Amino acid sequence: MTGQIAIVLFDGFAFGMLLFLLSVGLSVTLGLMGFINLAHGAFGMLGGYVTILAMRQLGLPFLVALPLAFIAAALVSVVLERTLFRRLYRAGELNQVLFTIGLVFVATAAATFLFGTVQQVVILPSWLRGSVQFAGLNFTTYRIFLIVVALLVTALLVFGLERTRLGAQIRAAVDNQRVAQGLGLNVERVFAITFALGSGLAGLGGALAIDIVGLSPSFAFHFLVYVLIVVSVGGLGSITGSFVGAALLGIGDVAGKYFMPEFGGFFIYLFLVAILLVRPLGLFGKR
Amino acid sequence: MLGRTATVVVLGLGLAFSTAASAQEPLKIGVILPYSGPFADAANQLQAGIDLYLATHGNEVAGRTIEIVRRDTGGPAADVAQRLAQELVVRDGVDILAGFALTPEALGAAPVSAEAGKLMVVMNAATSIVTEQSPYIVRTSVTIPQLNYAFGQWAHEVAGVGEAYTLVADYGPGHDAEAAFSRGFTEAGGTVVGSDRTPVANPDFSAFVQRVRDANPEAVYIFVPGGAQPAAIGRALADRGLAPPDTAIFAQGELTHPEALESMGETALGIITTFHYTLERDDPLNNEFVAAYTAANNGREPDLFSIGGYDGMHLIFEALKATDGDASGDALVEAAKGMSWQSPRGPMWIDPETRDVVQTVYIREIQDVDGELQNVIIHEIPDVKDPLHGSN
Amino acid sequence: MSATDPTTGTTDPKIWMRRQGRWSAFEILAWLAALTPFFLFPTYLPLANQIAIAALFAISVDLILGYAGIVTLGHAMFFGLGAYFAGIISVYGWGEPITGLLMAGAFAGLIGFIASFLITRVQHLALIMVTLGLGFLTLELANAMSWLTGGTDGLRGMNRWPVFGQFRFDLWGYTSYTYSLIVLFICFLLSRRLVNSSFGLALRGVRENVKRMPAIGSDHKWHLRKIYTISAAIAGLAGALMAQTTNVVTLDALSFQRSADVVVMLILGGTGRLYGAILGAFIFLMARDQLAGVNPQYWYFGIGILLMLVVLFMPKGILGFLSGLVSRRGK
Repeated sequence: MTGQIAIVLFDGFAFGMLLFLLSVGLSVTLGLMGFINLAHGAFGMLGGYVTILAMRQLGLPFLVALPLAFIAAALVSVVLERTLFRRLYRAGELNQVLFTIGLVFVATAAATFLFGTVQQVVILPSWLRGSVQFAGLNFTTYRIFLIVVALLVTALLVFGLERTRLGAQIRAAVDNQRVAQGLGLNVERVFAITFALGSGLAGLGGALAIDIVGLSPSFAFHFLVYVLIVVSVGGLGSITGSFVGAALLGIGDVAGKYFMPEFGGFFIYLFLVAILLVRPLGLFGKR
Repeated sequence: MLGRTATVVVLGLGLAFSTAASAQEPLKIGVILPYSGPFADAANQLQAGIDLYLATHGNEVAGRTIEIVRRDTGGPAADVAQRLAQELVVRDGVDILAGFALTPEALGAAPVSAEAGKLMVVMNAATSIVTEQSPYIVRTSVTIPQLNYAFGQWAHEVAGVGEAYTLVADYGPGHDAEAAFSRGFTEAGGTVVGSDRTPVANPDFSAFVQRVRDANPEAVYIFVPGGAQPAAIGRALADRGLAPPDTAIFAQGELTHPEALESMGETALGIITTFHYTLERDDPLNNEFVAAYTAANNGREPDLFSIGGYDGMHLIFEALKATDGDASGDALVEAAKGMSWQSPRGPMWIDPETRDVVQTVYIREIQDVDGELQNVIIHEIPDVKDPLHGSN
Repeated sequence: MSATDPTTGTTDPKIWMRRQGRWSAFEILAWLAALTPFFLFPTYLPLANQIAIAALFAISVDLILGYAGIVTLGHAMFFGLGAYFAGIISVYGWGEPITGLLMAGAFAGLIGFIASFLITRVQHLALIMVTLGLGFLTLELANAMSWLTGGTDGLRGMNRWPVFGQFRFDLWGYTSYTYSLIVLFICFLLSRRLVNSSFGLALRGVRENVKRMPAIGSDHKWHLRKIYTISAAIAGLAGALMAQTTNVVTLDALSFQRSADVVVMLILGGTGRLYGAILGAFIFLMARDQLAGVNPQYWYFGIGILLMLVVLFMPKGILGFLSGLVSRRGK
């Protein structure tokens, strides 16, 4: 029994880390600028397709394709932010919703046009396949890799926020945008960088997700729901919140399916509703 | 009363229009499919099958030019499918309804076919009851019980498996597959030791595969819809070491389609599936079909949707030849009943009683053929009918 | 009723409300235009029926989103409950459409009333996500109860009777569109009265500033529960209309896609104006129909561009833009 629990915790945590990478960017940008970007999942999709292209067309190894996915998503997002999104910051929530949904439609059509509707498959290097025996239990290698990457990213984020000048600026802007601006901080620039960073992480998440959930043009829509759940449960603008929220949802989902499979589809939504009714601001939300 | 009079008037106009049209106008086929949304790939593959048939057989039959009118449902929306079918009949004046990748699409359009008296060719939707919804429906794809009932029997009688665990997607087709396999398997003398259902929108299979592993059954039977899930569950099986020969894996053919095989790698060796179409089946007709299809679709290989669309067009062409271009539903459905032909999938015919497809069920095993993983046919069950028709 | 006086302007609220309640020439024209499919475009009747149903559904969302500020991504829950209720009673032998419709609306309203106790506890993102969660839970429940709902394959064996025992639902959509249009019109009249009443004003007060409402003696939670219940009932009516006019119900009636689409239609047309809901449904479905007719595979590319352009150039929705044009010309 303890063995089973350990495996479930491990699998769930790994899935949660995938959700974390996909959603942390949205949490920060939503918390920072109040910009509702429903096209966030499209950056995940972009990262996924960049990985496929890099590996298939250019023959690059998986480990090289991953940073490319990050960079491509970050670059595209900053271009969109500078040209389109910035016009919408004062346009009201509903207009942001409508515009970014429109963007998802366009992104989906573009992906269909360029890559077709077929499910994309990523061929992992052999050292990422199979599983590792430990204490008589099988731990999937790829999931170990996922957890390592996510923890690394989290460490970098936390270190960056706590120790660097940009981190201090982001924290200041999140805490109180007006005062930060009054102190001469270029909030717009800080936001553009944050936005690129968050979208880049979604791109990385999209690349890592292919092996677990696949990749097709409906990815942007499909994962929107999961991303929104993580963001709302974790609490806006909180990296810790997204991390804990994603981990809890991943573990809860996998454990729920494992121990009570007949209610498999219900768990994630039950968690969502229950947590938000008790803590409407999410687990770590401040506002 | 007003409504009824108006109906009669429009119906009269519609009929007058269609009879006047038959002399010189092209023959229109309305194709209803989920061209957009999460099932778009099924629609594309099916459409490619239709296109290939037209490309190889010409678009003229019995003196009439064939014209295809495509309509998008966006997914399993019965109300949209019904409206599209109505519009195709009323506005576009189509003679034949076709397509239908998903059961709700077929269920939505069926009453229109019945009321308007139009032949409706179901090229995929695989729930048994579909053909019972209108006397003008003919199916050229497959039914889930057709594949799995005989497979369940075979698993016990020939493969000698005594105990199996079932793991199916939690929706209509999954339930059908679970029921049909279990029935065949237990009737033959096997025991089902456990069964789980995975949510359809399941992004992560680890929990379910772990459950199966913990139960440590002799064999596991799997049904997941095509698309993202075969590769995902295949990887989950492979990573957890749930693979032949330690555990026998039985599944419907979606599990071992090319993309899924690619991602599973050699852990897929020994997986046994049941299907009506085998890409690798060495047969002149099939080889020709596969070659033409891949050439026309950037190297993409045909799948069950493609063959359903291809054979659906074949049925329409042959029926039109038999009626000499008469496209009325009654004439066409009569011509379709009992029709038999050699398809790239193998021999098939239309049961005159149920208007459903009767065909060979192939049981295949993943083997290494010259360094390439392939579905190799290890057993053939000829002339399988859907076991559920007439039983309920 | 007039105990609460939420207006702060100089106009007497009663006069203001009466002025809002007056019919303009545009409105009468718009409703007359809704009759044209019968005469000019009879082959578009099935689409007109679907638009009428979508418009009714969008009105139900406008009542809570546009007038009370409750953003929802799960309203298909009530649409689907109404559809399944109407469908299931017809399977079990009661196919009379009008009573079936009313019962389905009442059922959806009842569930809406129960849900409203959860909804009013939360705001902002949490509110959106609770509605989304409830929507998905209902969908999962309907899938799990496939013995009753037919699951993914859809509800089987529906048998609707003719309207008033006279008008059979015909293939061409005459009965369907007439029936749906009348229901839409009645619900529209009721909603119009509602939003131009003092209750409607109180709701706008809640939308603009929740914190101040208790201070002026208005029980805002009770207002919200009331409008949420009414909205759920109307959404249920729309769902029941779909079930009765198409004679099929599938899980799609409860889908997230449907919840999201209706919000998109509403914002597209313009929120906080009942005609915005109708116009949004009309434009979205017409655009989809026309674009998909041209290319069934990539129509949503065009829709996406349309949505983005509307936001950039008509930030108050299409109706807001149009009424801006009219009033500018008037001055």
